[in-house]
Amino acid sequence: MTKILIIAEHANGKLNSSTAKCVTAARQMAPSALEVLVLADDPAAVAVQAAAVEGVTRVVTIAHAANAHPIAHLLAPQIVAVAGDYTHLLGPSTTFGKDLMPVVAALLGEAMVSDIMKVVDANTFQRPIYAGNAIITVKVPATRKVIGTVRNASFAAAGSQAAVAIAAIAANATLPSHTRFLELKAGASDRPDLQSARRVVSGGRALGSADAFKIIYELADTLGAGVGASRAAVDAGYVPSDMQVGQTGKIIAPELYVAIGISGAIQHLTGIKDAGTIVAINKDGEAPIFEIADIGLVGDLFKIVPELKQALG
Amino acid sequence: RMKILVGYKRVVDYNVRIQVKPDGSGVVTDGVKLSANPFDDIALEEALRLREKGVATEVVVATIAPADAQAHLRNGLAMGANRAIHVVTDKPIQPLTAARTLLKLIEKEQPQLVILGKQAIDDDSSQTGQMLAALWGRPQATFASKVEVEGNIARVTREIDAGLETIEIDLPAVITVDLRLNEPRFIKLPDIMKAKAKPLETIAFDSLGVDTGDHHQITAYAPPPKRSKGVMVKDVAELVAALKAKGLL
Ligand SMILES: Cc1cc2nc3c(=O)[nH]c(=O)nc-3n(C[C@H](O)[C@H](O)[C@H](O)COP(=O)(O)OP(=O)(O)OC[C@H]3O[C@@H](n4cnc5c(N)ncnc54)[C@H](O)[C@@H]3O)c2cc1C
Ligand SMILES: Nc1ncnc2c1ncn2[C@@H]1O[C@H](COP(=O)(O)O)[C@@H](O)[C@H]1O
Repeated sequence: MTKILIIAEHANGKLNSSTAKCVTAARQMAPSALEVLVLADDPAAVAVQAAAVEGVTRVVTIAHAANAHPIAHLLAPQIVAVAGDYTHLLGPSTTFGKDLMPVVAALLGEAMVSDIMKVVDANTFQRPIYAGNAIITVKVPATRKVIGTVRNASFAAAGSQAAVAIAAIAANATLPSHTRFLELKAGASDRPDLQSARRVVSGGRALGSADAFKIIYELADTLGAGVGASRAAVDAGYVPSDMQVGQTGKIIAPELYVAIGISGAIQHLTGIKDAGTIVAINKDGEAPIFEIADIGLVGDLFKIVPELKQALG
Repeated sequence: RMKILVGYKRVVDYNVRIQVKPDGSGVVTDGVKLSANPFDDIALEEALRLREKGVATEVVVATIAPADAQAHLRNGLAMGANRAIHVVTDKPIQPLTAARTLLKLIEKEQPQLVILGKQAIDDDSSQTGQMLAALWGRPQATFASKVEVEGNIARVTREIDAGLETIEIDLPAVITVDLRLNEPRFIKLPDIMKAKAKPLETIAFDSLGVDTGDHHQITAYAPPPKRSKGVMVKDVAELVAALKAKGLL
């Protein structure tokens, strides 16, 4: 009997779309129970949203002042305290889940499956290794708990349903005081969120400066797209780090991805392989990005991008 | 004074194009270039800088790897580590086992700070540091892009999906590093010579009494699904037409 608990990711009273993607993966494990745990200082609003995600059978909340910011070593003991009944504990493969789930696994003495990209059965999964250049099938023995993170880009968000029951329980764990949240500098943007945007436009080193990167934002706005970047563009300081797409940045799966002045290093490609359509604009016809692009255009981006914006606007 | 332990894993070099063996039993590693995990070079660099600033007094690099990984550790010594520890095993190990093994080294070495990479670019697990912190009962700061140590506290800026988060943790602690923390120094020839004289301790994995956490079985390796070949367009008008034809505009 498969009984799954998904740890909800949320911020500012909003459930992150990564949670509904975890639910989709979890449903493929044919669970008899599929519950979502909301840890927050005030979980009410998030719990209501989680209860309405299709497939969820119950929402459990733990309200605690220590949960105001997601700190792995504060959340993990609370998760472990309720883990007993569940066969599976899942979180999203975002920085939230990557920080947290290995702590939960270690406290339970379990190994963990990172970045589940395909569910073969309730105990067998596929996941990428070597920057996505190989896919392994991992089997978790039936005698062990499955602890894992679900790769966002591989699953669509579950739909909605009439809300199921919400149960509030008390935190039943001693929490350490060794970690303190100081601040979060969020890249304030009213553009679509990179990880859930249907369209994404990314710029690379070729842009040459933060100022020149403006043309990428302008094109993105014309398309109603989110904005991403290569590591080289982030390293050079053209854009903030939360915009990095790739093996060590965000793994995304928009319907349309436009790579501009990006060479297509494997570390970048691994972040966009699940995109619906990839468009590449690069002045070098030999650039590796063209090997995976669905539509390629060779030329100078400084000429093409304004033209494209005009043609679309 | 402060001792720093650095996890220093040897992996297939990031420039190698990995091939899956035709029979699906693994990836081809014969004859391919092996290097330090890029994140672990950054971890080591950060430890060295803390020593150079006078915050730390000793930097120890540790690897869990087959017997032929000595040259790899010598690179870490040449970069500037004071000592190296080689836990020798021929078996590939999973993160929980790596964490349990590193915990044994912590018990032996009593470091105030343990710095690891945020992920090893072979298994891409991103688990070991977090597991180690949990087993050790000490705080963690993952995905670090800035580290400041003051007395018994580290203030760490983390690259997270939402932006840059800063937290404060009490030492001893585990930090896992992200790419933008620093740029590792190059190894100079004289340092390679000097490294030969530095202490390198080998410990048999079996002698540590680690309860293996390799619970998971890898049953198959496959190449990733291929994307079908695309089309080249010659100008913006054709590009717009192609996007329209796909129903994307
Ligand atoms: C451990 C590790 C992890 C990494 N993780 C990531 C990651 O998560 N994401 C990531 O992106 N990278 C990552 N990298 C870095 C990656 O290897 C590449 O270095 C990086 O992606 C290159 O960025 P780029 O394509 O913008 O720059 P470049 O490779 O320099 O490419 C610039 C491109 O712009 C083109 N160009 C130049 N001028 C023009 C013009 N006027 N018009 C049109 N085209 C032009 C050039 O032809 C070239 O193809 C990682 C590397 C390592 C070692
Ligand atoms: N066999 C190993 N030897 C030394 N360090 C390791 C080993 N395995 C993992 N680590 C450390 O743990 C980090 C994360 O690895 P992983 O959890 O496998 O992605 C690496 O960057 C290393 O610092």
